[in-house]
Amino acid sequence: MKQKGKSYRMPRWLRMLWRSKTGLLGFVIVSIAVACALFAPWLAPYDPNAINPLNMLKPPAFMAGGDPAFLLGTDNLGHDILSRLIYGARVSMIIGVLSVILAGVIGTAFGLLAGYYGGILDSVIMRVTDAFHSIPRMLLAMVAVTLMRAGIGTLVLVIGITGWITYARLIRSEVLVLKEREFVKAAVTIGTPDYKIICYHILPNVFSSFIVVSTLAVATSIIAETSLSFLGLGIQPPDISWGGMLSAGRNYLATNWWVATMPGITLTMTVLGIMFLGNWLRDFMDPHNQGLE
Amino acid sequence: MAEEYLLEIRHLDKFFTVKGGGPWKKPEILRAVSDVSFCLKEGETLGIVGESGCGKSTLGNTIIRLLEPTSGEILFQGKDLAKMKKRELAKYRPDMQMIFQDPYSSLNPRMRVFDIIAEPLRTHHVLAGEDLRKRVLELMTVVGLDVSYASRYPHEFSGGQRQRIGIARALALRPKLIICDEPVSALDVSIQAQILNLLRQLQEKFHLTYIFIAHGLPSVRHISSKIAVMYLGKMVEMTSRDQLFAAPMHPYTLGLFEAIPIPDPSFRKPEEDREILQGDIPNALHPPSGCYFHPRCPYAREECRTREPVLEEKQPGHFVACHYPISIKESDKKA
Repeated sequence: MKQKGKSYRMPRWLRMLWRSKTGLLGFVIVSIAVACALFAPWLAPYDPNAINPLNMLKPPAFMAGGDPAFLLGTDNLGHDILSRLIYGARVSMIIGVLSVILAGVIGTAFGLLAGYYGGILDSVIMRVTDAFHSIPRMLLAMVAVTLMRAGIGTLVLVIGITGWITYARLIRSEVLVLKEREFVKAAVTIGTPDYKIICYHILPNVFSSFIVVSTLAVATSIIAETSLSFLGLGIQPPDISWGGMLSAGRNYLATNWWVATMPGITLTMTVLGIMFLGNWLRDFMDPHNQGLE
Repeated sequence: MAEEYLLEIRHLDKFFTVKGGGPWKKPEILRAVSDVSFCLKEGETLGIVGESGCGKSTLGNTIIRLLEPTSGEILFQGKDLAKMKKRELAKYRPDMQMIFQDPYSSLNPRMRVFDIIAEPLRTHHVLAGEDLRKRVLELMTVVGLDVSYASRYPHEFSGGQRQRIGIARALALRPKLIICDEPVSALDVSIQAQILNLLRQLQEKFHLTYIFIAHGLPSVRHISSKIAVMYLGKMVEMTSRDQLFAAPMHPYTLGLFEAIPIPDPSFRKPEEDREILQGDIPNALHPPSGCYFHPRCPYAREECRTREPVLEEKQPGHFVACHYPISIKESDKKA
């Protein structure tokens, strides 16, 4: 902003990202995961579903007896684990992002209504969230998945619909605080209509907490998907998911640990990366930091 | 009586129900503003003074309908705002604006200064495009802000500058009445005078009427034409500024005068002659019997404990709610 000099300057967000170690790490991890999801057919060295009985349970390349052709080893059917992990990122990303969007939209709408208008509407919405809260999320998801056809769509729906209460509560409490702020009162005395107060004064000021919670929720959604797939209720073979891989590998944990451990590490890293990025985003979007670099 | 008042408040009440502890306790009623009446002519400034918790801000918020009045009338140019529906009220919003106490909370941190000042104009579709831009920059100049700051965010400004932004926003729609809710109490002392002077200049320039809420007499002295003193939700004294400063009649007002610090302590009256207010403001949920002020009043007699005084015109233009107001002679002696 200050120097429009001759030399090229990185955009502000990139400069700020560069300075934050964890933010950068998160950004790199998430970028890799997104790239894997988008370009899986080009990145994966093998067909992830190619069964190769000759190369069953090969250890990773860095271990004794490992084959450099299979970087992270192979599983009990001779699938290349790396290729499967790259394809599995698709399922995780799609479910993580879509279910969070679904939960975020529903939850934000209800949270805004409850917080802004208060009264009976608030009581009703909050009692509904209480009711939702009393049902174990996984249990509900399991029942829903058994009733409907297992697949990506069902998982998004189930994880999204069980996740909205977090948003509703967060947004409601933020709106309650904001409503008492004098700039909202000023808008009321100006005569600004409710929908404009919500759009210009309330929503922009809940956005940063929304983002932080959302990134966290992407991580939990991915874990939820993995758990369901691990239990055999999520993604069904031949579709590939990290949860399914974990599940398949657990029988070999004692003898061929890498079959379950590789997807486990991938999952942990991805979740951690998303959370780092979320934390950095929160700091970045705080307007008090806008002048700083 | 034939005189046109810009604002006339008649028996305005604002009660809050406070839920008791637990479901079996009856909710209690907090009388934040009770039976307040006053009139204000165009161009006048009414200063409202009282300790924190006396209901002065609630009164301001109720007049501008940020809070729903419990009962009473708010006649603005003869129209009763108190019972108006939201839709209808919107037409009168531009005529009445507010300047808030805390400049750190009164500006949306995610809006640029330009948009903050433009919001009232956009909301009421007064101006658009280049005209809007000109008007906003003009408003910034009027309140003493550099126009080059228009695209900055509020956090880049000091408290005094933020308050100027808030004033520009309040002025944008050319209101007739501005309610100033302790507009300088959050500012540095050195900045307070600047903002007060600005408000006075603007009053002359735009022929504004102010309701100026403050917790001490010194800050309303220079700006007010009339002063009302509130205690526990009621008005205890109201008169012209000069009359009030020359001869306060309510013991509470006198107490407020004694609380004003004197620049040179050697000019201070001897301790035994001063009527320093003792104790704290009582709990508004359970106000004292009779005159609310009697437990702290040095002149309290038996009657004060039992019978509640009403606001009466004890002298022409001088309203006091006290059974035994300080006589003119007595306050002369004190002065």
